[in-house]
Amino acid sequence: MTESTYRIQGETGEWEVVIGLEVHAQVTSHAKLFSGASTEFGAEPNSQVSLVDAAMPGMLPVPNRECIRQAVRTGMAIEAQINAWSRFDRKNYFYADLPQGYQISQLYHPIVGEGQLLIEADEKNGIPEDKIIGIERIHVEQDAGKLMHDQHPTMSYVDLNRSGVALMEIVSKPDMASPAEAGAYVRKLRSILRYVGSCDGNMEQGSMRADVNVSVRKPGGELGTRTETKNVNSVRFVMAVIEQEARRQVELIEGGGAVVQETRLYDPDRNETRSMRSKEDAHDYRYFPDPDLLPLVLDDDFLNECRASLPELPDAKRARYTGDLGLNAYNAAQLTLEVEVFARFETLLAATAKRLGKAEKDVATQVANWTLSVAPGVLNALGGDAKLEHNTAAANASILQMVDAGTVSGGQAKEIYEIVLKTGRDPEEIADTEGLKQQSDTGAIEAEIDKVLADNPDKVAEYRSGKDKLFGFFVGQTMKAMQGKANPAVVNELLKVKLG
Amino acid sequence: MTDLTKLGVAAIRNGVAAGEFTAREVAEAFNANVAAAAALNAFIVTTPDHALAAADKVDTDRAAGRPLGGMAGVPIGMKDLFATQGVQTTAASHILEGFIPQYESTVSGKLWAAGAGMLGKLNLDQFAMGSSNETSYFGNVISPWRRSDGGNAALAPGGSSGGSSTAVSAWLAPAATGTDTGGSIRQPAAFTGITGVKPTYGRCSRWGIVAFASSLDQAGPMARDVTDCAIMLGAMAGFDPKDSTSLDLPVPDWAGSLNADMRGKKIGIPREYRMEGTDADILKSWDDGIAWLKDAGAEVVDISLPHTKYALPAYYIIAPAEASSNLARYDGVRYGLRDLPEGAGLQDMYAATRSDGFGDEVKRRILIGTYVLSAGFYDAYYNQAQRIRTLISRDFENAFKDCDVILAPTTPTAAFALGEKSDDPLAMYLNDVFAVPASLAGLPAMSVPCGVNSQGLPLGLQIIGKAFDEQGVLNAGLAIEKRAGFIATPEKWW
Repeated sequence: MTESTYRIQGETGEWEVVIGLEVHAQVTSHAKLFSGASTEFGAEPNSQVSLVDAAMPGMLPVPNRECIRQAVRTGMAIEAQINAWSRFDRKNYFYADLPQGYQISQLYHPIVGEGQLLIEADEKNGIPEDKIIGIERIHVEQDAGKLMHDQHPTMSYVDLNRSGVALMEIVSKPDMASPAEAGAYVRKLRSILRYVGSCDGNMEQGSMRADVNVSVRKPGGELGTRTETKNVNSVRFVMAVIEQEARRQVELIEGGGAVVQETRLYDPDRNETRSMRSKEDAHDYRYFPDPDLLPLVLDDDFLNECRASLPELPDAKRARYTGDLGLNAYNAAQLTLEVEVFARFETLLAATAKRLGKAEKDVATQVANWTLSVAPGVLNALGGDAKLEHNTAAANASILQMVDAGTVSGGQAKEIYEIVLKTGRDPEEIADTEGLKQQSDTGAIEAEIDKVLADNPDKVAEYRSGKDKLFGFFVGQTMKAMQGKANPAVVNELLKVKLG
Repeated sequence: MTDLTKLGVAAIRNGVAAGEFTAREVAEAFNANVAAAAALNAFIVTTPDHALAAADKVDTDRAAGRPLGGMAGVPIGMKDLFATQGVQTTAASHILEGFIPQYESTVSGKLWAAGAGMLGKLNLDQFAMGSSNETSYFGNVISPWRRSDGGNAALAPGGSSGGSSTAVSAWLAPAATGTDTGGSIRQPAAFTGITGVKPTYGRCSRWGIVAFASSLDQAGPMARDVTDCAIMLGAMAGFDPKDSTSLDLPVPDWAGSLNADMRGKKIGIPREYRMEGTDADILKSWDDGIAWLKDAGAEVVDISLPHTKYALPAYYIIAPAEASSNLARYDGVRYGLRDLPEGAGLQDMYAATRSDGFGDEVKRRILIGTYVLSAGFYDAYYNQAQRIRTLISRDFENAFKDCDVILAPTTPTAAFALGEKSDDPLAMYLNDVFAVPASLAGLPAMSVPCGVNSQGLPLGLQIIGKAFDEQGVLNAGLAIEKRAGFIATPEKWW
């Protein structure tokens, strides 16, 4: 395997970076991990707090089956070992956003064991070929609440809406060697989570955040001491943290210092990390099995249902797009990146193939181009004027059918699409009433060609004496005379005949 | 007219159902006894109106010919570890003083649904940590019993369910709820001459019970006799989806299946329970119990529970470990006591609130628990204790291959005087030496009165059964009860 070429240039030579990521992904479910309270984002503070979430005396946790199911499905999607027997542990520490005084997590026996994830080659970003990143484990745990320091001059407020929401902690192996690899890993993981539907991947809302472990070493040397930068909430920041932290560590070591194992925070405004707490004052979390909960035992029926419910995953889909559908690698990669995109593509592909009575592979490239470039171009240009409810697969397929039949040109297709998006009118009706159709009537085209040839006898003579390039001139003149509505294929064909 | 407060659960329920007296008359009689017994300090708060309202409902239902519940017309005491909606729930601590839950514990809710009413919230050792009821923030509970030697020493009612044991033995309530983590039902029952049952772990929901040690805590009834306990346990038990450790099993008709005929049953006598430091009176009562069960037709077999001596140390690691975590929620942030010194930050508030809000015994156990779970000590203490717990369970499994129930003393001594052991935690902990093994194994066990010692104080015998076999335990208890002829009662001095 070709290794990453990413290096930090220090005064004493080159340094390699070793990166591991712990991604916290909020599980998509209506209720919290151990209570029935809602998990919806953006509600009034403390409006989604059950007695359990507030840790009232005598309250007990009951595992939410859906959260467990989502974690298992995620584990299956990264081809991981699923542990049919797992257990919840308590992680004990005091903080105002942690009502129980402990977080229910899984230290000793996580629900998902070792798995892996593939990041694709990206030569220009220093990923020379596809690379497999190992995943150590996935465990489920409770999220904490949130402190609000800006509500009162001398007091902090606590919002417990998030308290008890289910998180998956997805722990990678220290297999990444550059910011680009880490970025690709987070993007790929996010894509898988969204395919599976186990996390919405919304980093702005905090549904996904990463703890970034970084150490540096001389190429091939012993592993260095790592630092952990907590709660990094975008791909860009993950990459920035690695750059900053690696550089800081190299400077520290080369300046005669030593990296201390510690927890750091990233300040995006200043693009720097700073120490939060060192190992010495690290908490002793006193993990022990939660005595309120029995071990989690998953039976075969449950596991089979989880597996059967998995959708086609990104790698398999990409392979099918390039293989069965004959798409180029770029289109396949672009189409499979986001759930919304491939969903739109596949719906339109099916509708178009059906309308044209053709196999999907015979229209795939056309539909892919439409989905990836034509349609987004029109949508972006229209902005708020586009009414998305009009953007149906049927309308799109109807336009593609007219393009395929040569009835409308590429440019006309865009114009028709624009009107569809604004008004919801039928594409064929638009083509008819707005005159957005190509002229394929050979009689009319022939008449114009005859005129063009008659008006330009010198050019005709030059062409016939071997100046082939003039062919384009005749096409242009004919199209102009037809106000651009002539079918170029028909024009070409007739001109060739007439010019001999 | 009969003194209604001398009646037990079955007699009250049947009398109300038969129209011999009204539930309201019963509630009023017990309310009066409760009001007149402030000297015993058995209650933290009294709730006479709750008892009357429940009684009136039963009387109305009866008049209307509606079916009556299994506890209809029976006013009871509720250990103040059970959350009761709208009624202060403190766990006998300062940190929860004034805390009024918006919810009702599953067990208390089931009792109200069965027609019981609440006389008040019973005093207990703070957070159920103690064996003498001397750790309550709301003061000691005084046992109604006194030694016959003429001394006036105030005696411990046992703990942690000391308010419950006192209330039942002093006729302030025909029955009371208890909770048992390492003997907290059985030991106070033995000290006060009443009957108490700790069912199989998981029989009664823990939802709404202030947690001490989650893997051990179990609610149970405390009453005058075996039948009353069987009736009340039937009303308390049952699967609760809100408690993950709740047993998803049907609740047998224990009261209806009581049978004191021990023919064909084998009674195991664990040789390791013949410990030094056990009173001669206790050993004699044990022999009496053996004789009574033989008389009831049982075969008596010698059994061995080889890891018994490790049970108490293991218990005093596991229970504090869980408690140290369970009690972390009392932090002054959301409810209960908040001690916020001028200019204090979060850490200062935690320290001030918890220093002020917890008593010494609670702090001692939080410290022990924190220590045994801390990095570097976890394996040597917590994990080792868990391994011992497994061995103790295995001891019982092996023993139950040779017997149906086990007979042993409940406590090594009769009730001691208040103050006698309160400065010596280890001596206090030793009081639970016979009770703790069954708790660690999650087995059903009960204490049944069997006689008095040379000082006229009651003694109890313990019966330990197989998991889920409350019936076997109750039946053996009934066989002893019938033969022990225990009629001693404390003389009213309060």
